[in-house]
Amino acid sequence: MDIYFKTDDLSVGYNGRPLIRDICLQLEKGKVLTLIGPNGAGKSTILKTITRQLSALSGVVTLDGRSLTAWQPRELAQRLAVVLTDRVRPELMTCAEVVAMGRYPYTGLLGRLTPEDEAAVDGALALVHAENLAGQDFSTLSDGQRQRVLLARALCQEPEVLVLDEPTAYLDIRHKIDLLELLREMAHQKQLTVVMSLHEIDLAVKSSDLLLCVQGDGIAAFGPPEQILAQHTIEQLYGLEGGSYNPLFGSVELGGPKGKPKVFVVAGAGAGIPCYRLLQKQGLPFATGILFENDIDTPIAKQLTDYVVTAPAYTPMTGEQFEAAARLLEGCELVLDAGAPIGPLNRMNQKLLALAQEKQIPVRRVGE
Amino acid sequence: MKPNRPAPRLSDPGRFALVMFFLAGLLLVGLVLNVNIGSVSIAPGQVFRLLWDAIRYSAANLVTRGGYAGALEAVVKATTESQILFSIRLPRLLLAAVLGGALSVSGYLLQVFFRNPIAGPFVLGISSGAKMVVGITLIFLTPYLGTLSPWVLILAAFAGSLVITLFVLLFSQTVRSMSMLLVIGIMVGYLCGAVTDFSITFASEYDVVNLTNWSMGSFSGANWAYVRTALLLCLPGVAAAGLLSKPIGAYALGEGYAQSMGVRIKPFRVALILLSSLLSACVTALAGPISFVGIAVPHITRSLLKSAKPAFVIPASFLCGAVFCVFCDLLARTVFTPTELSIGTVTSAFGAPVVIYMMVQRRRTQEG
Repeated sequence: MDIYFKTDDLSVGYNGRPLIRDICLQLEKGKVLTLIGPNGAGKSTILKTITRQLSALSGVVTLDGRSLTAWQPRELAQRLAVVLTDRVRPELMTCAEVVAMGRYPYTGLLGRLTPEDEAAVDGALALVHAENLAGQDFSTLSDGQRQRVLLARALCQEPEVLVLDEPTAYLDIRHKIDLLELLREMAHQKQLTVVMSLHEIDLAVKSSDLLLCVQGDGIAAFGPPEQILAQHTIEQLYGLEGGSYNPLFGSVELGGPKGKPKVFVVAGAGAGIPCYRLLQKQGLPFATGILFENDIDTPIAKQLTDYVVTAPAYTPMTGEQFEAAARLLEGCELVLDAGAPIGPLNRMNQKLLALAQEKQIPVRRVGE
Repeated sequence: MKPNRPAPRLSDPGRFALVMFFLAGLLLVGLVLNVNIGSVSIAPGQVFRLLWDAIRYSAANLVTRGGYAGALEAVVKATTESQILFSIRLPRLLLAAVLGGALSVSGYLLQVFFRNPIAGPFVLGISSGAKMVVGITLIFLTPYLGTLSPWVLILAAFAGSLVITLFVLLFSQTVRSMSMLLVIGIMVGYLCGAVTDFSITFASEYDVVNLTNWSMGSFSGANWAYVRTALLLCLPGVAAAGLLSKPIGAYALGEGYAQSMGVRIKPFRVALILLSSLLSACVTALAGPISFVGIAVPHITRSLLKSAKPAFVIPASFLCGAVFCVFCDLLARTVFTPTELSIGTVTSAFGAPVVIYMMVQRRRTQEG
């Protein structure tokens, strides 16, 4: 497939000072590209440059085979629409009127709307599930509703490329998912090319065909999400300390309590996670085991503590692992029984609870 | 009517027509009252008869290229009443209407430019700048040029307006807050006032009399030459503003969105400033500085229309400004006869409360 949108050695920045250099990206029609990177890395600057709000310091942005600067404003507006982070507060405008502004590049000198234009407005409002807002004053909306109406405005412009700067910023989780699903759907069905910036890395990974990692003065990586996850670029990009972000699940953990473990959690099958989080919030350092390496508890446990005893998947736990766990348990003041089911493979966990009773360490069963 | 759509989605053309009709009616009432009331009162019936004759003969005069000049002259000079009507009250009324409308549109354009509903030629010091240059011209050029034609005054006022607008613009780049902008405008206004006063100190008594009359602001100097000049400049100016209504609408969403929809921002902004300065310069040159019309009238108009759609607001503002100034002039002329108030006194008395109300209202909606 042909490259529809690309940049060659693009440098962007303000007042002639380059902020990010040598941006090279290529995008086919109908693909979703997401820019990720820490705050202030220059994601917005790149987006402003590829939408011609800022002029490029060097390099070329090409859309549909033509340099961005060669397009007439009206022609470009028929191909490229934006959703910005600018605070928009027009007075006395209904949402339908805001959306109808998207018809700007199609209407005549006085901006009169034809029935087709009105149909496009209705269609765009329906796409973002905002039909009921049509007659409302735009300035009375909540931030989330406003964002959806602004998205409808951009869709109403019927672009080939849609550029969105942090479109999920004010949305609740349901509307975040709705928005990203809608963008994917538009990309898939209508061959809409999407370029956006997101703060939610997990959503970026799940919704994009390509990721562009923006870091300081350059591009840290550009490629499909799987490739970028494999390279551990994301942890470096955000300067995350080992394990506090789990790219596979997209789950973020706050830092685990430090120090010698005071509580031992006998866990497994997901029962441990609520205990870990509770202990983390109380600031109590803990140890846990014995967990199979494929247990859902394992990655979270590893993010929150260094004291995790694990066993290889699908094989019975061994005495060796029991010994390791027992050593940790004996040093603790309390044992928590998370209530994981016991089967033929993890009998050692039952032995651990018995050991605690024998050593007169109090055992609490979760839920009691 | 579709039952599930109670609120109008787009600005209502019906309401616009109604408002225009209402304002036109008011203007007609103002017209009758204005020519009717005064030291010599003329019965409305006679006013209409005289007017009708004059219009008939001037039309015929135009068609026959001078064939009815005598008849026209006879109507105009027949009685004291007709002389008062045609050489004093009618030009004054028309001048008040045209300049009032022009001032409102000028204020509206500035509000669009600064995206600030309390911007206006008077509060931003632009009228004072025009007054300063006109004052200096009157004082220093009258000895050389004799009586100054309205064109010279307009040119001087236009230069003054532009200089001050650019000056305020320069500051508006660094201060983003709208109250700061107003403070700067008011300070610039005082500065220009100081320069004007300084020049007056060194002027001859005769010039000062001229200047004080003019600088008080009044339509009392109206004659047909002024009316012709005002019409020639203001009507095309307002029409040009009407042609900008499409980009003005897009600009309400902010510069970024406007640009993305195909508005050429720089030429658009230049056009706004030039048009606004031209209109306010015309007013300042022909009637002196008139305060608050530029802010109050567009606001009243928007409230009447319940819409900010520029294609509606511009013509309605023009008409509303005409009504406002015609009635203010009527009050200025008649309340304390034979002493005449300056027009600025009356417009301030009605306009300033509107502005205060607006600021309080905005504060409430923004913070509440």
